[in-house]
Amino acid sequence: MELEVVWFVVIAFLWLGYLFLEGFDFGVGMLLPVLGRNDTERRVMINTIGPVWDGNEVWIIVAGGATFAAFPAWYAGLFSAAYLPLLFVLLALIGRGVAFEYRGKVDSQRWRRAWDKVIVIGSTVPPIGIGFVIASTVLGLPLDADGNRVGSAFAAFRWDTLLGALAVTGFSLLHGAVFIALKTDGDIRRRARRLATAILPVAILPVAAFAVLVQVRHGSEWTYVPLAVTVGAVLVAWWRIAAGREGQAFAALGVAITGTVVTLFGALFPDVLPSTLDAAHSLTVDNAASGDYTLTVMTWVAAFGTPAVLVYQGWTYWVFRKRIKTSHIPAPHTAQQVSS
Amino acid sequence: MIVEVLELARWQFGITTVYHFLMVPLTIGLSVLVAGMQTAWVRTGNERYLKMTKFWGKLLLVNFAMGVVTGIVQEFQFGMNWSEYSRFVGDVFGAPLAMEGLVAFFVESVFLGLWIFGWDRLPKRVHLACAWAFSLATVASAYFILAANSWMQHPVGAEFVDGKPTMNSIWAVLTNNTALAAIPHTVAGCFAVAAAFVVGIAAWRLWRRRGEDDEHRAVWRSSVKLGAWTGVVAFAVLVVSGDFQGKLMFQQQPMKMAAAEALCETEQPASFSIIAVGDVSDADCESVKTFNVPALLSFLAEGDFSSEVKGVQELVGEYQDKYGSHYPDDPALGELAGKPVDYVPNLPVTYWGFRIMIGFGALSALVGVATLWLTRGGRIPGGRWFPWMALGSIALPYIANSAGWIFTEMGRQPFVVVPNPDPSGVDGVWMYTAMAVSRVSQGEVWLSLLSLTLLYAVLGVVEVFLMAKYVRGGIESVMPAKAAARLGAGGDGDQDGSGDDSGGGGSNGGSSRGQAGAPDDPDDEPLSFAY
Repeated sequence: MELEVVWFVVIAFLWLGYLFLEGFDFGVGMLLPVLGRNDTERRVMINTIGPVWDGNEVWIIVAGGATFAAFPAWYAGLFSAAYLPLLFVLLALIGRGVAFEYRGKVDSQRWRRAWDKVIVIGSTVPPIGIGFVIASTVLGLPLDADGNRVGSAFAAFRWDTLLGALAVTGFSLLHGAVFIALKTDGDIRRRARRLATAILPVAILPVAAFAVLVQVRHGSEWTYVPLAVTVGAVLVAWWRIAAGREGQAFAALGVAITGTVVTLFGALFPDVLPSTLDAAHSLTVDNAASGDYTLTVMTWVAAFGTPAVLVYQGWTYWVFRKRIKTSHIPAPHTAQQVSS
Repeated sequence: MIVEVLELARWQFGITTVYHFLMVPLTIGLSVLVAGMQTAWVRTGNERYLKMTKFWGKLLLVNFAMGVVTGIVQEFQFGMNWSEYSRFVGDVFGAPLAMEGLVAFFVESVFLGLWIFGWDRLPKRVHLACAWAFSLATVASAYFILAANSWMQHPVGAEFVDGKPTMNSIWAVLTNNTALAAIPHTVAGCFAVAAAFVVGIAAWRLWRRRGEDDEHRAVWRSSVKLGAWTGVVAFAVLVVSGDFQGKLMFQQQPMKMAAAEALCETEQPASFSIIAVGDVSDADCESVKTFNVPALLSFLAEGDFSSEVKGVQELVGEYQDKYGSHYPDDPALGELAGKPVDYVPNLPVTYWGFRIMIGFGALSALVGVATLWLTRGGRIPGGRWFPWMALGSIALPYIANSAGWIFTEMGRQPFVVVPNPDPSGVDGVWMYTAMAVSRVSQGEVWLSLLSLTLLYAVLGVVEVFLMAKYVRGGIESVMPAKAAARLGAGGDGDQDGSGDDSGGGGSNGGSSRGQAGAPDDPDDEPLSFAY
């Protein structure tokens, strides 16, 4: 297989890893005020992702970096043309990351409340922004022959990219609810399960609609297969979560997002960023890629690096596999506790 | 319009990068020091080292978070604000950046999470290994990003194919002599920050309880020693590597060398001015009075007190001959198309940046040594000047680092990728900063610049506030369990199931046991640490 194709697949995989992993921790953040009835419950929720959210977030950094190295023109075109959604993503991720670390460091209700708000906003804005960005690269942007955006700063905001934004947000919300049910115990677990069952059809609707839209516009014959897998997996997820089998429902959602990403990138291929103005201006795996030497070097790095990441990141989830309940949450542990 | 976008994008890069590099040096330096402290604890079992690990580790975490979140902006803004640059150099420059993510960032973030939450869940030595994993990963990330930056100062390992640099040797890129000199220099700069930070805070803690019975005094004494010696070693590395960098700069970026001295006319031998009075950007040098050390600049440039160092005026002519006197007549360049290129960097910035870097760096090491001397043999100075000196001098290496980076990045203007003066193979691999900027609207970059700056300012205040809180709280604020455990939580402090963790983690768990009930069921034990 040609290295350009390999790297197209690697980048799709990195996006998949990102959506799957940070998807649920965005969902946990979004659901903080919904499922967390008091501070201890909110801390239970935050601590389900406490040790892992940062590692999850690296997937988007590596997705960006890999795109820069393997397809410079794709990286340059997409990041400059989808400027505003990316800016909002950045601002939100900055606030969110700091919020997790700082929230518990002052023992004050006001302080924690304030950071809770940052977590909620910081977990809601990024999936919306990332949805716009992914939808933009799949559906195209108004690019000229140089790969630069023509027209306004709002080119990435359209009804069809909005559907993509809702898709990523809806998926994250649902995925987060199932994750909380999977990683907690007691009352909050039951409520998370009920909520997931109830919101599933609504939350997953934009995912299905967006995947179908992409399939209809750009799909190939074979991309019907992952699309069908997505639909099947969603139904399985619904059935399993309603039956109280959180682990199976979580895995089924993993299959669903895999099917969706394969559909989207499968339909996109061999383009990487189509131009909505003129197909001749579209960026493709061939005209956007780095040279063979660079791709070869990067392939070796990825061939050793990626499995290692999967192993040690997987190990973290094993170390922190226990369900968390309210009785596990220690008393607030802050600098203020002891004055000296 | 491109001129405005260019100015804004440069301001944003400057602000966000200098800010990011306020967090990064402390993260790198202190990570390694904390891993060292924890190693000392694991090996000796001495409680003092555990307290050091916990205290400095807590401050490290407050800072780490800020370094992580401000780092994402760094990667994204290449594409957002500098897309022409990204498109031009991505084949070469993207590789170290992607490696940094795949090799360093994953290790750093995953093992940091394990370290924060793993105190009572991992065997002691595995937990220690996590500390080394994330701290060495921070150094690895410095390596990759400096390899990328050094390529912009001195492109190697590439050839010009179809109008673009194409990588032909990753080995050359990763072993660029510019990078090999920049890495020890920058990493030593990181340790200088961590050293001043540790010395300053520990000295203040010593002074604060000077007349009292302070059970933690040994912690602060060890910290002062560790910090001061780290600072001395770091400074030695800074001097040697800096000298090496100067000599490379003289060969690779002669204009930057001239700009560091604001040297108008070529001199042989060239003197180095300690300080100047007047406007160093004056083209004829007539309004400037300098206090010179004869022939020192010649030595800095070539290791020879009699060498010739070319001045700005002569170099401008050389650059115009080699790289052209005007920007290309490309409509994409907007108002700059066909205009003359100004090859002279901002001289006041380079001249003063260079001196602030050296002066403040040296002063910082000096304060460390002075503190070591003043606290020798159990002494603690009583005057109010002592804590002021100790805490105030934390700023010195930060200022030196920022000045050094501002010098080196402003000193390569008007280039974003500086041409390699020995261009065998890399002919044509260079780029003007003005041609690197994205074709986006002014409004977008304004919004980005203002919102990021504002957010950074607010978070900066919060970070300093939190650090101050922990510093005031001392050991008790990071190990509240100790006090409670003494009051009779009882047992051997080892009820968490990981039988070999008898230290902080175990006793932490012990403290909260009484509050949360159900001590009979090990599954209901509160976590030793939770957000």
